Amino acid sequence: MAEPLFTSEEQKKFDAGIAEIISHYPLDRKSAGMLPALRLLQEIKGWLPPEGLRLVAKHLEVTPERAMEVASFYVMYHLKKPGKYVIDVCTNLSCSLWGAEKMLAYLEEKLGLKAGEANEKFTLRETECLASCGTAPCLQINEDHHESLTQAKLDAILAKLS
Amino acid sequence: MASTAKTIEPIISAAWGKPQSWTLDSYRKRGGYEALKKALQMEPAAIIDEVKKSNLRGRGGAGFPTGLKWSFVPKDSPKPKYLAVNGDESEPGTFKDRYILEDDPHMMLEGIAIASYALGVHTCYVYLRGEFKFPAERTQAAIDEAYKAGIFGKKVLGKDYELNCYLVRGAGAYICGEETALLESLEGKKGWPRLKPPFPAVVGLFGCPTVVNNVETLASVPAIFQQGADAYAKLGTDKSGGTRLVCLSGTVNRPGVYEVSMFTTLAELIYDDKYGRGMPAGRKVKAVIPGGSSAPVLGADELDVAMEFEALKVKQTMAGSGGVIVMDDATCMVRSLWRVARFYAEESCGQCTPCREGTPWQTRLLRKIEEGRGEPGDIDMLSNVASSIAPYPPIGLGNTICALGDAAALPTHSFLMRFRDEFEAHIREHRCPFGDKPWGSFGDWS
Repeated sequence: MAEPLFTSEEQKKFDAGIAEIISHYPLDRKSAGMLPALRLLQEIKGWLPPEGLRLVAKHLEVTPERAMEVASFYVMYHLKKPGKYVIDVCTNLSCSLWGAEKMLAYLEEKLGLKAGEANEKFTLRETECLASCGTAPCLQINEDHHESLTQAKLDAILAKLS
Repeated sequence: MASTAKTIEPIISAAWGKPQSWTLDSYRKRGGYEALKKALQMEPAAIIDEVKKSNLRGRGGAGFPTGLKWSFVPKDSPKPKYLAVNGDESEPGTFKDRYILEDDPHMMLEGIAIASYALGVHTCYVYLRGEFKFPAERTQAAIDEAYKAGIFGKKVLGKDYELNCYLVRGAGAYICGEETALLESLEGKKGWPRLKPPFPAVVGLFGCPTVVNNVETLASVPAIFQQGADAYAKLGTDKSGGTRLVCLSGTVNRPGVYEVSMFTTLAELIYDDKYGRGMPAGRKVKAVIPGGSSAPVLGADELDVAMEFEALKVKQTMAGSGGVIVMDDATCMVRSLWRVARFYAEESCGQCTPCREGTPWQTRLLRKIEEGRGEPGDIDMLSNVASSIAPYPPIGLGNTICALGDAAALPTHSFLMRFRDEFEAHIREHRCPFGDKPWGSFGDWS
């Protein structure tokens, strides 16, 4: 028998979260809750497993294909299990003027990964503007924002990741 | 350089950096929600008239007059009306709304309440870009405070008027900052822009009349009712009232978000002591993008221009979202444009063929030229590809449903117009003339 998607704690969190999300929309527009519902699922599971997508679709009364269509459009949803730490490095113009390309190269060497690759611990991605151009260069680790980075600062941040 | 720029009293940024500036308590001590009290005593139509009189223009990029936009909402529609706040800030060079959300979210919430009352809206959705975790936490906390204080909920400040406000986070798609894509995303779909007309004011969220306003636009509204519309209008030019936030980034000594007068010039922003404090030692300005990465680039001899909508339009560029990116004389313009082009290729939603096919094509050509593999004819090809997405000029009449196509083509046209010689040098020399350090040596990276 397949393992259940959620533990009982996770199930409680999901049920309460979905009910709250749906309450924000008109009764005949449950499907509008798709983005927050996918975010909730990803917060609980770390990614969007296919059975989770089917469950979200069921709650929002849409087809699983529709859930997949949305999930695959947005870059922040993980359709495959990512590394424990997802590092998104901004390399757009303002950040690159402050060394972001060199920062990415440094990270690639240090982590032994090319941008776009992942191992169990890290997923390294080149990303587009993170709205931190005045405090460049910047990156996010699992949505936590880090800015005005120097090599020393980045080393200290990485050292804290177990 | 000693300050010569016209001094203004900050409106939006007045409390930034002060202790607990993001709390309701702090906001109220500064006179917060008094403007809402005033507005609730007025007729909705009179509120819209005041906003029209203030000459407030949208701060999201297009600069459309806010009061006029509000007046497009049909008054006799039997359908519910909605307000959608555009906090999907993602255009390279633009990072101002984040500061409002983090440091003074109640100012935006008060603007939301005033706008909603004027428009007859009972539900507002604040759509923030997905990556904004901390700004979202601050905003949600402020919304919760507003509910507890009776600012949102069944009776707004005791008046028989209900307003609910919900925060929604996107999931990493720049296109969702386009107002109709934002509505699609709010409806739980992928962010594919809609054909206009109909405009959202008539057919918007869930097919109902909807106003979409930027974070800074709404945060500007309380000041109109505190100071009076005439006083607010007088702060700016004849066509653009108030102050504005500009985001300064790139190779200057002091990047940051600054609240400036509409009369402040680009040169003042870069060199004045109050703002950018000039270029690093030994560097000169080579180029400046004045309004987010989609705004046509200006050369170093074009900086004596006020940073407001009309003046920049005369220079065939735009004030856009207020994102000023400075490039110094060690910067390779081909690499800069490649970086910008990649952004649009990455963020194209793929709905329209010219944008879906054209944006990666631009990117491939630019990469080829930057890496020294360019051939004669590539520059004309690049220009043709950009023209197929959106001809130049005029601004805003591209071949795609939404303005992302324009945004992707304008930088190409303008870089080629002003810096063509650098593109030719790359092809002639079969290499980047700036060697392996095309970004200069800014930043602490070996």
